[in-house]
Amino acid sequence: MTENNDNIIEVKNLVKYFPLRGGLLGQPTSWVHAVDDVSFNIKRGQTLGLVGESGCGKTTVGRLVLKLIEPTSGEVIFNSKNIYDEKFWKEKEFRRNAQIIFQDAFSSFDIRKNVENIVGEPLLVHGIAQGKELKEKVDDLLKLVGLKPEIAKEYPHTLSSGQKQCVGIARSLALNPTFVVADEPISALDVSVRAQILNLLKDLQKKLNLTYLFISHDIRVVYYLSDYIAVMYVGKLVETGPAEEVFAHRLHPYTEALLTAVPIEDPKMRASKEILQGEVPSPVDPPPGCRFYPRCKYAIAKCKDENPELIEKSPGHFVSCFVDFHGSKTII
Amino acid sequence: MSNNTQQGIDEKNSKSEVKKNAFQRFLQHFSGNSLALVAFILLILIIAISIFAPFIAPYDPAKGNIVNRLKPPTLERPADGGFPHILGTDQQGRDVLSRLIYGGRVSMSVGFTVVAIGGTIGTLLGLIAGYFGGWTDLIIMRIVDVASSFPGLLIALTFVMVLGPGQANLTIALLLVGWMIYARMARSQVLTARESTMVEASRAIGCSMPRILFNHILPNVISPLITTFVLEMAHMISAEANMSFLGYGIQPPASSWGLMIGEGRQYITSAWWIVVFPGLIIALTVLCLNLVGNWVREEFDPLQKGRH
Repeated sequence: MTENNDNIIEVKNLVKYFPLRGGLLGQPTSWVHAVDDVSFNIKRGQTLGLVGESGCGKTTVGRLVLKLIEPTSGEVIFNSKNIYDEKFWKEKEFRRNAQIIFQDAFSSFDIRKNVENIVGEPLLVHGIAQGKELKEKVDDLLKLVGLKPEIAKEYPHTLSSGQKQCVGIARSLALNPTFVVADEPISALDVSVRAQILNLLKDLQKKLNLTYLFISHDIRVVYYLSDYIAVMYVGKLVETGPAEEVFAHRLHPYTEALLTAVPIEDPKMRASKEILQGEVPSPVDPPPGCRFYPRCKYAIAKCKDENPELIEKSPGHFVSCFVDFHGSKTII
Repeated sequence: MSNNTQQGIDEKNSKSEVKKNAFQRFLQHFSGNSLALVAFILLILIIAISIFAPFIAPYDPAKGNIVNRLKPPTLERPADGGFPHILGTDQQGRDVLSRLIYGGRVSMSVGFTVVAIGGTIGTLLGLIAGYFGGWTDLIIMRIVDVASSFPGLLIALTFVMVLGPGQANLTIALLLVGWMIYARMARSQVLTARESTMVEASRAIGCSMPRILFNHILPNVISPLITTFVLEMAHMISAEANMSFLGYGIQPPASSWGLMIGEGRQYITSAWWIVVFPGLIIALTVLCLNLVGNWVREEFDPLQKGRH
C-alpha cells in the first residue's frame, strides 16, 4: 500500500448484468442491468453511504465488492490489488480483511448452531483460534458489540431482532477486518433499536478504524453515518460527493426526491411535500437516455435519448444531469 | 430489552436445574405424539427380536416335521413336549412363529442395507448436483431420469433372473432401483439452500466449499431426507416381500416374510395362518415405520425445537 494512495477500495466501471432466461433452450433472452458502470472510491477509516430505492442495484454493488458474485465487467481494487484478477486472488486473506453485515441477520445464520458457534466460525475456519481460546475470543466479541457473554449458548431464534443483528456484527468483526459492507443493517429492525445499532456501528468504526460501505434506502440514516454519499438510481450513480456538500447543494432531481420522501415531523410542513409521479423504469434492457427521465419534471428533450455522464460540478461533487438543477431548501 | 433477556436466561437456567435423566429427556421428544412412541417401541421390539432370533425362536426355521404339517395355531404342547406351535405350522411342518422371527432378519437387513447404501450414494450425488449446478447437475440428473424411467420391479426381477436369486443379489437389485429418490430429494433441497443468505454469509467469512456443503447445507436439509429414509425403508421391506413372493428373492429353506406368503398362498383356504401372520407383520412394520417417519419430520424442524 503506497502512502499517497489512501483509498482502501476503488471501484472502477463496475457492471453486472443478470441474464433472464426465457428461450426454448434456456438461452438469455434479455438482461437485467442491475449495476451499470458504477465507480467510486472509499478512503481508509471513512464511510461511503450508498443510497437508493429498492431494486436499484445497491445490494448487488455490495456483493460485487466482496466478490460474492462475479461482475460482468469492471474492476474492484482492494489494497491496490484487483480482486477479480485470479493472479492476485487470495480468498482467505481477502475474507479476513473485508466483511459484510446483512440486512436480515437471522437468515444469515445457520439456525442449528448456537451463538458461540456462529460468532466463532470465522476464527475456526481461518485457523485463528480453537477450543478455550476460541471461547474467550467469542466472549470478547460479544462484549464488544454490547451483548452479555451468557448469550453464547443461546440459539438465534430465541434472540430479539436487535440481539440478532449484534450477533451478526460480532461475527463480521471476528476476523478483525478493515473494510465492512453494511447492507441495510437496520432496515429489518424495530425503530426502537435502530438508533442503538447505528451508534454501535459508529462507535466500532472509531474504535477499530473501520471503513464502511453503508448501503441503505433511508437518506437520513446515510447522512448520519457517512462521510461521502453516492446516490444510485436503476443501476447507475446519479450524484456523489461529500455528505455535507450533497445535502446542502443537491444537484440531481432524484436526490431531491429522496430527501422530500423523508417523513416530516411537523404536520404544517407536510403540505409542501412532493411525491414522485410515475413508475421506476424496469432495469431489463433500459432505454438509452437518462433513467430518471420518465419521472423527472425538469426533463428536457435531450434527457430522453442521451445518457448524462457524471460531471464534477464542484470539487469532489459529481452529478449526472443535463439540467442545471439546484435543490430548493434545506430539509434536514 | 436487555432486562427481558436476562430474565429469559435466568428462567432457562432454573428449568435446566431440574435434572432429568437421559431416558426422560428422550421421552420428552415424543410429547404430544404417543402414537409415534408406540410405533417406535414396536419397531425396536421387531428389530430386537430379529437380531436375537437364534435365542428367541423356539424351533429351527428350516427343519420340517412331516407329521406335524399344517397344524392350526394352538396353545397345546406337541406330542414330543416342545414349545407349543402358537402360530401353527406350515405345509412342511415348520413352526410359523420361528420362521416369522428369522424372516424378520432378512426383511430388516435387506431394507436397511438398501436404504443405507442407496441413501448415502443418492444424497451425495444430489448434494453435488444441486450445489455445483451446470454440467455436473445436468449429467447426474439425466442419469437419475434414465434410471427412474424403467419400471423398478421389472429391472430388479430381470437383474435377479440374470444373476440368480439370493439375499446379496436381491439387495443389489433393489439398490439399483432405489437410489434415485434420494438424489432428487437432496438436489431440490440444496437448490433452495444454495441461494440462501446463510450460504452467502458462510462464503463471506471464508468457509470452504466442503464445509458449506456438509456443515451448513446438509444438516439443514437432512430432516426431509431422514423422513424419506424411514419411509423408503418401509417401501423396501414391501419390495423384498414382493420379490420373495414371486420367487426371485430369498430362496427356501431360508425364510422371509414375503417368501412365507408366497409359499403359503396355495393353502390359504385350508391353512390361513401361514399367510395371514407374515402379512400382518409386514403391515405392522410398514405402518410403524410410517408413523415414526412422520414423527421424525416434525422433530427435526429446528424452529420447533425447544418449543414443547
